[in-house]
Amino acid sequence: MNNNDTIKKTLIVAISLCLVCSALISFSAVELRDLQEANKTLDKQNKILSAAGLLEEGIDTSILFESINTKIVNLETGLFDQNINIADYEEGSFSRNPSTSIELPSDVDIALLKRRENFQTVYLHYEGELLNAIILPVRGYGLWGTMKGYLALEPNFKTIIGLEFFDHKETPGLGGEIDNPKWKAIWKGKEVYSDNGDVLISVIKGSVDKSSNNSKYKVDGLSGATITSNGVSNLLSFWLGDMGYGPLIDNMKLQETKDV
Amino acid sequence: MSKAKEALLNPIFNDNPIALQILGICSALAVTGNLYITLIMCVALTTVVTLSNLSVSLIRNHIPTNIRIIVQISIIATLVMLVDEVLQAFDYESSKTLSVFVGLIVTNCIVMGRAEAFAMKNGPLLSAIDGFGNGLGYSIILIIIAIIREFIGAGTFYGIEIMPLTTNGGWYLANNFFLTPASSFFIIGFTIWALREWKTDQIEKPEFKISENSLEAEKRAV
Repeated sequence: MNNNDTIKKTLIVAISLCLVCSALISFSAVELRDLQEANKTLDKQNKILSAAGLLEEGIDTSILFESINTKIVNLETGLFDQNINIADYEEGSFSRNPSTSIELPSDVDIALLKRRENFQTVYLHYEGELLNAIILPVRGYGLWGTMKGYLALEPNFKTIIGLEFFDHKETPGLGGEIDNPKWKAIWKGKEVYSDNGDVLISVIKGSVDKSSNNSKYKVDGLSGATITSNGVSNLLSFWLGDMGYGPLIDNMKLQETKDV
Repeated sequence: MSKAKEALLNPIFNDNPIALQILGICSALAVTGNLYITLIMCVALTTVVTLSNLSVSLIRNHIPTNIRIIVQISIIATLVMLVDEVLQAFDYESSKTLSVFVGLIVTNCIVMGRAEAFAMKNGPLLSAIDGFGNGLGYSIILIIIAIIREFIGAGTFYGIEIMPLTTNGGWYLANNFFLTPASSFFIIGFTIWALREWKTDQIEKPEFKISENSLEAEKRAV
């Protein structure tokens, strides 16, 4: 036992330990990857459906999701892009890569994103031939980190169907209440744009005065979570504005009037 | 008590890793906001500490002393990564909530402490039992904290509504302080107090005694 401390023994133990440990981890990572990926996709699909109010008790998320049409949109032009394969699209790498993203000057970067990808996925739900809902991924900084979610709009591109966050680091019970079903329910029916196309939707401090004219653009703030509430306002203003889905929404509106 | 029984039961109340050894406080603060998440964390930690004690003990006669800490850490880190992978695959929701805290089991002093203090000197079976016992000791304190925090902070027990919150149209105004990790400090403090009232041999001797006020003493002498 005394010879444990020789250089040779030390090296042998160190190297064989590393080999065993790395083999174990690689094995589990490879074996479990499919399950993990499936979980992630399912979670996202779940939130997308939930934002659009399409979730149904007892029916598999993946089956329900088949009714959703996924498209890649060029945020610059606001047109759908056919060249990028949906399976290849990854928000994180696109927003980091200088060739597929732009740096945001601080005056427009209200959601504190630093960089914005030039392409995004949007989800369309058709009832027969008619557009029923459009679901837009949104994200922005809250108190502790980036809040990522989905905003579902009605085909008038104005009325909110739902807002759902799938990833955030807000304080449970305070900012974390953005997941509270009661708060999420307030969003339904609110409007995001004024008649001349300005983004008006915002989360205010305290409760909304229902009798005021502007109440349809305002959402009750979360008590004890002003910064989170402001973060939600900012991320919506950003993504619905000219740097976000503004061009896409303009195009889609034009398309609709042409079709009619 | 037999040695095995001692190794299993002692850490629960007599030599509790959190309440007496004051180890592993970090995660006791962080993951105790809700009982379900706490239970997952307890299972994860107990698994890691049991298996790490077992594996360290198995190779204890071959570990060179000068790299023994690195060897222990490598084993623990491997186990933690395995647990994290399994969690992501089978309970994605909790793994999202627990996020970094599963990974931080690596730095949990209980795991490392038991490997170094116990598993390096004892046989594999006894070490595994000791690890499991310490996991239970950790779990019991976390569960106590989580029950209190969830009850006062959210009015629920294991997600079941006990006191309806005002935000949901009930009568109970939730105490938000109990949702923040800092509240655990107080609960841990009170738990330790209660435990030491019960098991008085855990009370530490004061390290020093405040001496009499010297001016007063002088006056009396005069």
